[in-house]
Amino acid sequence: MGLLDRQFNNSNVIITSMENLLNWARLSSLWQMQFGLACCAIEMMAAAASNYDFDRFGVIPRATPRQSDVMIVAGTVTLKMASRIKRLYDQMSEPRYVVSMGSCSNCGGPYWEHGYHVLKGVDRVIPVDVYVPGCPPRPEALMEGIIKLQEKIRRESLVKKSA
Amino acid sequence: MTFDEITKRLRDAFGDAVVEAKSEGVPEPFLKVAPGKIHEIAALLNDDTVLRFDFLMCLSGVDNGKETLGVVYHLYSMEHRHRLALKTDLPAADPKLSTVSDIWPTANWHEREAWDMYGIVFENHPDLRRILLPEDYPGHPLRKDFKVPEFYNGMKVPY
Repeated sequence: MGLLDRQFNNSNVIITSMENLLNWARLSSLWQMQFGLACCAIEMMAAAASNYDFDRFGVIPRATPRQSDVMIVAGTVTLKMASRIKRLYDQMSEPRYVVSMGSCSNCGGPYWEHGYHVLKGVDRVIPVDVYVPGCPPRPEALMEGIIKLQEKIRRESLVKKSA
Repeated sequence: MTFDEITKRLRDAFGDAVVEAKSEGVPEPFLKVAPGKIHEIAALLNDDTVLRFDFLMCLSGVDNGKETLGVVYHLYSMEHRHRLALKTDLPAADPKLSTVSDIWPTANWHEREAWDMYGIVFENHPDLRRILLPEDYPGHPLRKDFKVPEFYNGMKVPY
């Protein structure tokens, strides 16, 4: 049996603040909207597979925006795709978060100058919480992005609007 | 067949429609033909038993930059193991020529791409829509006189 059980086996009561409880629940089960758009998606898939095992953070890929909490935009956002991303983001239930993964979705990446078809950063259509740099970022980098997001959620407040 | 034999066969069949045959000083020998005759020439290249170009390897659009656009056909014969590059020039103001997608179905998507990127109109094409860019995209981006739009559907495009 774990330490918690031993400590509370008499009363079965844990006292915490509502905020802490909600934040803890939210950050421990970040279901991700899988959004593989380009080569970053390969790293995202590797991060979800057994070697890096995102499941241990409670990050499970979902195929629908209705069930997801965080959208990991992994790859080049084309103008054609941008309106779809906006719509899928709007379909996610709140609270919702966005991780922008890789140079392309951060700022246009290698397409910044001649990309007539590329949106220069997904933050031009949806608000982004965490930017993960790299081209593509390794799974460790994405993992750090997720941990940063968890830290951000841990600091959230019920009354005070987070930025 | 060698390039010269292919050229002779096409010259015999179409005369002046074969504008230019160049085999020296170029990486690959090519034939330049009149755009108006492209469908008949393509039909002969495919049907003729000694030519028998049964494989369209690639169909590309080109912007020559001198008020002309071009289409390049790379052909191969699986049967006779010979190949040919076929070129044609079009006026940039009114780039129109016949489709070859009824002869080589491969051409269907390739012609849609050439339409998408260069605005070349392939007449009698069964489904000439943009293939890569969104339907309401302004202009044809691989043309040399193309300017990137400032905004697309309210999204800023330049960096």
